[in-house]
Amino acid sequence: MLLREYATLAGMSNPSETLERVFREEYGRIIATLIRIAGSFDLAEESLQEAFASAVSRWEEEGVPRNPGAWLTTVAHRKLIDSLRREKTKIDKQTELEHEARRVESLQEPPSFDDSTEYPDDRLRLIFTCCHPSLSSEVQVALTLRTLGGLTTTEIAHAFLVPEPTLAQRLVRAKSKIRLAQIPYEVPSLDILGERLKSVQAVIYLIFNEGYSPTVGNSLVRRDLCAEAIRLSRVLCELLRDEPENFGLLALMLLQGSRRDARINKDGELVTLEEQDRSLWNRAEIEEGLRLVERALQTGRVGSYQIQAAIAAVHAEAPSVAETDWRQIVALYRELMLINSSPVVALNHAAAVAMYEGLESGLRLIEEAAGDLDQYYLYHASRADLLRRLNRLSDAAAAYTRALSLTTNTVEQQYIRKRLSEVGL
Amino acid sequence: MKYIMLIYQNEPQWNAISETERQQIYLEYRKLRDELQNSGKFVAGSQLQPIGTATSVRVRDGKELVTDGPFAETHEHLGGFFLVEARDLDEAMKIAAKIPSARMGTIEVRPLAEGAPAVAR
Repeated sequence: MLLREYATLAGMSNPSETLERVFREEYGRIIATLIRIAGSFDLAEESLQEAFASAVSRWEEEGVPRNPGAWLTTVAHRKLIDSLRREKTKIDKQTELEHEARRVESLQEPPSFDDSTEYPDDRLRLIFTCCHPSLSSEVQVALTLRTLGGLTTTEIAHAFLVPEPTLAQRLVRAKSKIRLAQIPYEVPSLDILGERLKSVQAVIYLIFNEGYSPTVGNSLVRRDLCAEAIRLSRVLCELLRDEPENFGLLALMLLQGSRRDARINKDGELVTLEEQDRSLWNRAEIEEGLRLVERALQTGRVGSYQIQAAIAAVHAEAPSVAETDWRQIVALYRELMLINSSPVVALNHAAAVAMYEGLESGLRLIEEAAGDLDQYYLYHASRADLLRRLNRLSDAAAAYTRALSLTTNTVEQQYIRKRLSEVGL
Repeated sequence: MKYIMLIYQNEPQWNAISETERQQIYLEYRKLRDELQNSGKFVAGSQLQPIGTATSVRVRDGKELVTDGPFAETHEHLGGFFLVEARDLDEAMKIAAKIPSARMGTIEVRPLAEGAPAVAR
């Protein structure tokens, strides 16, 4: 919150640009180390904010230091030790708070953080603490974006359309739970690492989807969320290189994200995959996504993100809908259904079967999946699309109408209304 | 850190299980208790008598109000508790998952205020 204002106040001169960049890139790294030393999220945040404040004036006068990230870490660390000492003096007077006093006594003089000082484990600790299963998923997301991503409370509240005080309170409660219930600040032991990693990946993908799913307004902020999820995912890949699902997740987001410019037209309307102008797809992201998915699949430890990425890769490589390898896509969805039996997967499988074996087979599969899905927007929308293509227009209209009643997303509503007018309603 | 594990269970469901099953579960409870005691993590713990034995006491405007029954009518009732010593929430969660009733009911894990970091930061 502070930095943006400082940067604006200082104009667009070099130091403030550097500061802005350092803030975005290094915030998570620096805060992770400070939290480990402080044993407190709040103290760490305060001292880092103070360090940024002194950077604004000092860098203006003395120029930008050679390694800005290390400079900030060192200064923040000194400020942290100062405030812990002040706390200790207070505590000495109230001897019953021995716990805090012990913690402060164990602190040494701050070492100087130079280029060679890297604490990759700190960021991992931070990721796992923020995504701890004892925190609700909305709290996990907010905390991850705030600490690892360095996003401000305002930015996060805006992106998730929650009032800022609500979000701020959510963060306060989360930090207090971490402290009071003693949620550990460490990389989980091997026996639970796999499970915990899944919740980290889920948080990152949730952030991505929040940015990717089209909702009117705020589109810029939401693109930021996609970029942030991809950045966090890169950090995860960098820190846990032996986990193919980390690379699968990154590949999936790159490949899906590569279609973002083609996915919404000038009027803000949703454009389906088959109608998208494929020349608008981002080739660089596709290339990287393809490389990553291949690399992940070579490990032979297949997972849900890798398969989804492989499906996105088949689409990305196809010049058109007609030239898409639907046989391959159907096979991949079948494999995905073995791991993940969610309704979305079943519907997507049916849609792929419709393309490969024919509309009737697809429709039959969708209708078999009915039952639990009756309250589900996507079920009726997918069914309606197949009915429309089969030229069963009045059935299609009924299904579109049902879908329309089940979505609150304005872009989706617009899309359904357009289809409704096409089928003659 | 001390954590209390409040064991919530549906009483009719508990009453409906067979005697052999019940004995099996009690055996598991004894094993868990021994394990916790041997590792120095056990502080206290017990099953509670059925909710039919509960009495709720409130004092309002200096007047004592006594009612028959638990404080809230819910599907699941407090049926017992463990008080354990654990390093952090991860260890406490691991212990909670070993409580046999976790398979039928819910274990609420709460840190004790005593001995916790007390500075409101």
